[in-house]
Amino acid sequence: MARAVTTQHKTIATAAAWIVALLIFFPILYTIITSFKSEQEAIQGFALIPSGTTESYSEVQAQSGYFKFFLNSVILSVGSTVLALLIAVPAAWSMAFSPTKRTKDILMWMLSTKMMPAVAVLFPIYLIFRDTGLLDSRIGLTVMLMLINLPIVVWMLYTYFREIPGEILEAARMDGASLWNEIIYVLTPMAVPGIASTMLLNIILAWNEAFWTIRLTTTDAAPLTAFISSFSSPQGLFWAKLSAASTLAIAPILIMGWFSQKQLVRGLTFGAVK
Amino acid sequence: MATQQTRSLARFMMAPSVILLFIWMIVPLAFTLWFSFQQYNPLNPIRDGFVGFSNYALFYSNPAFLQSILNTLAIVVSVLVITVIGGILLAMLLDQPIWGQGIVRILVISPFFVMPPVAALVWKNMIMHPQYGVFADIARFFGVNPIDWFGQHPLTAVILIVAWQWLPFATLILLTSLQSLDGEQKEAAEMDGAGFLSRFIYLTLPHMSRAITVVILIQTIFLLSVYAEILVTTNGGPGYASTNLPFLVYQKALLEFKIGQASAGGIIAVILANIVAFFVMRAVGKNLDK
Repeated sequence: MARAVTTQHKTIATAAAWIVALLIFFPILYTIITSFKSEQEAIQGFALIPSGTTESYSEVQAQSGYFKFFLNSVILSVGSTVLALLIAVPAAWSMAFSPTKRTKDILMWMLSTKMMPAVAVLFPIYLIFRDTGLLDSRIGLTVMLMLINLPIVVWMLYTYFREIPGEILEAARMDGASLWNEIIYVLTPMAVPGIASTMLLNIILAWNEAFWTIRLTTTDAAPLTAFISSFSSPQGLFWAKLSAASTLAIAPILIMGWFSQKQLVRGLTFGAVK
Repeated sequence: MATQQTRSLARFMMAPSVILLFIWMIVPLAFTLWFSFQQYNPLNPIRDGFVGFSNYALFYSNPAFLQSILNTLAIVVSVLVITVIGGILLAMLLDQPIWGQGIVRILVISPFFVMPPVAALVWKNMIMHPQYGVFADIARFFGVNPIDWFGQHPLTAVILIVAWQWLPFATLILLTSLQSLDGEQKEAAEMDGAGFLSRFIYLTLPHMSRAITVVILIQTIFLLSVYAEILVTTNGGPGYASTNLPFLVYQKALLEFKIGQASAGGIIAVILANIVAFFVMRAVGKNLDK
């Protein structure tokens, strides 16, 4: 009897959850479906079964050189992440292993830099970039994205490093390991998972950053965010192409995101929710 | 001795991050502050010079200013209400034993990974378009006139899009928190005859309070500076109906080249963000100590 009730409960919950989940996912699903339609099909009203043509995809690449923007997105997100890690790992490390009274204040201050509205510094940054020739350059934007995400990277690494038990370090020191050996053989293997998750999350954030990447680029360094935004002006009926471009822009990060759900919670809540 | 050495090493390791973030925070902000007291127009530099607070006065007397602040707050508050309440409900639903939980989670979390311009374009053209959108198809199916979302309810449309992007975030974090709730506590409460509602109010909600605070904090930071969604869908219009403060500052700076006024607006945005940040940081700081 009790079992029957449980199964019934589970069935109802399952049905409700699937309906809600499909509704939330629907805009993405419909975009993917439309990307496999021809332009004519795309505006012929609601239809869930596409003809399966891939002409939109080849046209997006042929007309706009999608691949160049994709490459820029990869370079910018990976580059800024690696740069941020190089700077943040030592900082997070020292905060986690030799904390002082001020460590918490520094962490909170770093978090507060994240709250500065980007528009407040839009023009100065624009000027600096223009006068130093960094406008529309990959290097300039890489540094920019690095700075934006640095607080999150430090925080996230800090929460991971803090979980490495200090006793292990003491034991290694007792055994006569030098600081260098300690770092290479003891700490690094334990820190790698945390660094990897931080990297994953940061790539996602940098990939989707849509203020500086749009405003500070024109063509050469423009990533997918700028590419997609350029579709907003003409009101023409290029929906299949728009869908194909959108699908291509989100697919890599969507897949990465699915694998990083757990890290996402931790990274974006600054370790407050695990 | 060793401590002294460790300490200076620690400082040395921390220095690059701290110095970089300090420069990044101070230098551009100082520029903005300086520009906010200047008349500065790159296209028409004749009258450039120090003007005191008149940029603030101009920005303030601009009818768009008040509206942009109200719009900013409307976006933040509405999206927070939708995502927190929706997130709690969804998290509780997903916390039930269901078939295919992994896939359901993936479907629900997906919108968060969609870059803002794509989200905005997809909603604008595929979902909310008054002629070809899915909403229009549904309206016609029921024999109702389709709504012209971006013409008649531009701010609501922007809020819906942004809420769609952030609902997954709230859900995921609240679900994570919910799953750490002790199952025995729940059972004990059930055994004691606590109904669903009292279990929710006295057990579930207090347990999730920290996660809810975190969701509100982080979303507020991002929601105060919604930009791409407006740029791609309504471009702030019609008129200033969907212009928020960041978007107004962008218009003043890069479209009208009224740098002084834009900088004054930027400083106001900073003050606004700081007021919000003060409260939320305090809340989070308290929560972190637990």
